Amino acid sequence: MESAWEALKALLSGFWTVFIHLFRKPITEQYPEYKRVLPERARGRIILTRDPDGEERCVSCFLCAAVCPVNCISMEGAERPDGRRYAAWFRINFARCILCGFCEEACPTSALQLTTDFEFSKTDILSFVYEKEDLLVNHQGKDKEYNFYKYCGVATNYGDKGEHIGEEKPVDVKSNMP
Amino acid sequence: MLNMLLWIAGFIILLVKLMIILGVLLFFAGYLVWVERKFLARLQIRYGPNRAGPYGLLQPLADIVKMLVKEDTVPDGADRAFFLIAPAVVAATAILMFSVVPFGKDLTLWGQKVPLVVTDLNIGLLFVFAMSSLGVYGVALGGWASNSKYGLLGGIRGAAQMISYELPLGLSLVPIVMMAHSFSMVKIVAAQQKYPFILFQPLAFMIFAISSMAESKRIPFDLPEAENELVAGYHTEYSGMRFGLFFLGEYVHIMVFGAIMSVLFLGGWRGPFLPPVVWLLIKILAVALFMIWVRGTLPRLRYDQLMALGWKVLIPLALINILATGAVGLMIN
Repeated sequence: MESAWEALKALLSGFWTVFIHLFRKPITEQYPEYKRVLPERARGRIILTRDPDGEERCVSCFLCAAVCPVNCISMEGAERPDGRRYAAWFRINFARCILCGFCEEACPTSALQLTTDFEFSKTDILSFVYEKEDLLVNHQGKDKEYNFYKYCGVATNYGDKGEHIGEEKPVDVKSNMP
Repeated sequence: MLNMLLWIAGFIILLVKLMIILGVLLFFAGYLVWVERKFLARLQIRYGPNRAGPYGLLQPLADIVKMLVKEDTVPDGADRAFFLIAPAVVAATAILMFSVVPFGKDLTLWGQKVPLVVTDLNIGLLFVFAMSSLGVYGVALGGWASNSKYGLLGGIRGAAQMISYELPLGLSLVPIVMMAHSFSMVKIVAAQQKYPFILFQPLAFMIFAISSMAESKRIPFDLPEAENELVAGYHTEYSGMRFGLFFLGEYVHIMVFGAIMSVLFLGGWRGPFLPPVVWLLIKILAVALFMIWVRGTLPRLRYDQLMALGWKVLIPLALINILATGAVGLMIN
């Protein structure tokens, strides 16, 4: 008898709890009308940024393509006459991309960055294949200052070998003999 | 000649009545889906459908269009004939049950009496039980004919559950029949002229409410379609409007059991100020809202709990209730 009373009380308290929820304000966020502010590092559509001097940052090192778990990045490397490397073509298949952000972590020149834009759904799956001109933007993204060729040991228009920031003059190994 | 004309006039009136009732019933069944989704959403502090039209009011229409244009597939190895006919059995038996529900006083049109009920069967209550039992065939055959383990398990569970709960459902109404001295729904409403029967038979009302929820496979008793064990139970393999018929049958069932509950216990169409049909609809809606509230509160029963509740609690209680009513009846007379 005691347990039956307990069961009835538990049942009624359950019904009461559900009933008072009827008068609470719904917690649903009405998405297209209300968009919540995303965290700064939220991962969305990928872009290719430029360095502060307006040149392409990507040096076509293939690190992003190698780390990509779904193999959605492909490119072809090329070299300019002044020694800078660039991607002849660069392609990301967003139909495969899982927005994991590994490519951004792997990128040594801060060229490839993820934006917070996630609203780019489409009905045609082939239109998800983004070419270089779709990916390339005219700003520096999150990394405003960095310019890879000011630090690298490659002779370019920023200076010859040994003239970059934090670099020492190359040593003639033949002069180092005992 | 005059007889012939009268017969034709009566036939036309019957047809018009049938069309109106069918239209209203299907309309309200469609909007009951909307009411359920909205109300349940509010109980769970959500909004519910609010995109199609103001307050999502066009949602039922959108759903119907979606179901009609969806492909109607029959799985390989299914028993074609039974597979195709099962949803119709569920929907038809549910709709047929409404034909004995009275929804107003007799109307007089051009000197002719028009009863506001499709057919005043003198065994109306038994007809309801017969139709509700036939509905089991739709569930069991639909589950069996789909040639799927989920469908079969759902169908078997449905058959076992509905046959078990048929008994308390019927037994709980014996006291009502004893008090009204009739199986006819019209006479039962007439017997509640002074007081609705719920005041005399609260136990019978509770038993009937619980078993009718089990009969219409509502949430604490939704084992036949338990979605986290059986995908969708007996209608797993159905698509398009055939699934729609199962769905519709379920909501018409809620309407019908709401109507029967209001006719048997809540005084039917009787009520002050408002017209009788409106009172009946208000009572049906109240029962439906209560069922949704139960759905929002209780978790699904385990299979053994379901059977124990039916056989060990509800049936003995219903029998005791019959005995008590009989004893009181004898003492009064």
